[in-house]
Amino acid sequence: MKKILIKLTLISLCFTLLNAQAALRVEITKGADGAIPVAVIPFELIGQAASLTNVSDIVTADLQRSGKFAPIEKSKLIASPKDLEEVNYKLWRVAGIDHLVIGKVNAIKPNQYEISFRLIDVFKGVQVLGYQFSANDHSLRSISHHISDLIYENITGQKGAFDTKIAYVTAERKQGMQPSYKLQVADTDGFNSQTVLNSTQPIMSPSWSPDGSKLAYVSFEKRKSEIYVQNLFSQKREKVSTFKGINGAPVWSPDGKKLALTLSKGGNPDIYVLTLDTKKLKQITKHWGIDTEPTWTPDGSEIVFTSSRGGKPQIYRMPAKGGAAKRLTFDGKYNASPEVSSDGRTLVYVQGEGNTFRISSMDLQTGFVQVLTDGPLDESPSFAPNGGMILYASTDKFKGVLAAVSTDGRFKQKLVLSEGDVREPTWGPFRK
Amino acid sequence: MKITKLVSALMLSGLLAACSPDNVKDNQAGDENQQDSNQTADGAQTSGIDGGGNAGGTALNDATVSYDKAAINDANNVLAEKVVYFEYDSDQISQDYQELIAHHGKYLAANSDMSVRLEGHADERGSREYNVALANRRALSVRRLILFQGVNADQVSVISYGEEKPVALAHDDESWQLNRRVELVYEAR
Repeated sequence: MKKILIKLTLISLCFTLLNAQAALRVEITKGADGAIPVAVIPFELIGQAASLTNVSDIVTADLQRSGKFAPIEKSKLIASPKDLEEVNYKLWRVAGIDHLVIGKVNAIKPNQYEISFRLIDVFKGVQVLGYQFSANDHSLRSISHHISDLIYENITGQKGAFDTKIAYVTAERKQGMQPSYKLQVADTDGFNSQTVLNSTQPIMSPSWSPDGSKLAYVSFEKRKSEIYVQNLFSQKREKVSTFKGINGAPVWSPDGKKLALTLSKGGNPDIYVLTLDTKKLKQITKHWGIDTEPTWTPDGSEIVFTSSRGGKPQIYRMPAKGGAAKRLTFDGKYNASPEVSSDGRTLVYVQGEGNTFRISSMDLQTGFVQVLTDGPLDESPSFAPNGGMILYASTDKFKGVLAAVSTDGRFKQKLVLSEGDVREPTWGPFRK
Repeated sequence: MKITKLVSALMLSGLLAACSPDNVKDNQAGDENQQDSNQTADGAQTSGIDGGGNAGGTALNDATVSYDKAAINDANNVLAEKVVYFEYDSDQISQDYQELIAHHGKYLAANSDMSVRLEGHADERGSREYNVALANRRALSVRRLILFQGVNADQVSVISYGEEKPVALAHDDESWQLNRRVELVYEAR
């Protein structure tokens, strides 16, 4: 039995690798102290049909990537219980493991699986979570991420964000060839990447609708900047802004009804709010300096943006209905590209010092500033919907890559995709 | 331990399948401009890199000055220089380029059937949308000086690409210098 299991594991591992269309490498660049030790036992595989996806490997990788957990390496597992009755609590307690995850993937027939898992609190000696799911080859990865979310929430008390999507832009420039820009949507671990727009001209500034069904973005395909809203399922899209000059930086309001954006139709880049169903446009800022990169506070009452009104780019906040702007950043000569966490407490942004650009965070209540990354060219920070991680664009040997840092700055990782330059990542909302 | 709670989540998995990436389909954009834009981009790249070394006025002194319509394609004419470079985070036009831009303005004033597209660019440092705004201001600075020569406003259009279309791809001062630019792209009207 054991031999068969190992064989099946190997087969499914090979398939997992083959299935990884967007070949990618996850690199933990800074490990966190105090991460919770957890043991994810390789799930028991039952039935003839080998699954394409290794559920327990995905769960292990997810927990590791969150920075909050320190999963034990597979080769260092001291036992492999398959059922609750087989768990020797004393053994795991001595090994200093707080939590144990066991599970089964039952291949009922080809392309039909039943997955069950149990989360066990080793010190209390009880199961604290147990679920069973049905899945097919296609939904297996998503179910695996969902299992990670349930484990994460049970142990940390915070909602997990593994089973969500990210969007980003890739650019490929090859000698003698048309440049190729792609807007892509992928799982949070970089798998299942799908191109939703392909262009020979730049694509910029993707923004998720709060329900996760649409992306707003800037496309230069008509040799001018224009803002589109595209439905990710029907692939239909609508051009929503094509004024003279800049049409940039679209960001959805929390209620999904409006877009904040940057227009220079008045001669100078200013922030506007576009109501999507009525197409009503309202100018929010009016200043001779550059006003751009608007973002909403989670209650939708305020807009935070970048402005050069003080001479250099700094971050300001103002009422979304218009009114006086209040400066938020004072450290350094370059602070831009703001985003506010979903609890409204933390601001993340790009802080420039000479030729080095890093992601910084600010506690909006105390004003405490923390530099989270090392640079040299980090940009486009985007919060996970649970606020636990910040996704951003970084460089890896002259290539644009995705990177993530825990909001407290203690844990860092890089997601290196094989294709082209990757930029402007933006983390989608929780699944509804 | 006594309570084994196994909740079947069929409905959830159905929902997940509905939201699956199978439903996210491709969209192709930019086809209609493909050939056209290729020419523009390639031309711009060449002139950008070659022009960088000469940026400083010597080329202007050696060049002939003619505003004949065909002069725009003459490699020996002062108008052969079609890129204006900028300092970091600045839209100010240096003295050297004011003279060059005046020549282009005079050419456009003399040839009202010609138009120019001013394409503003920034280096990669800093945030992308801010760089779109910055590069737009650079192009507008050039536009202002061109219009000063009595050129019709509808002969001059402006587009900002921010940092999205670099001509030099290294992450160093030399590349950044070449990328902070406004390109003058001529078209017959």
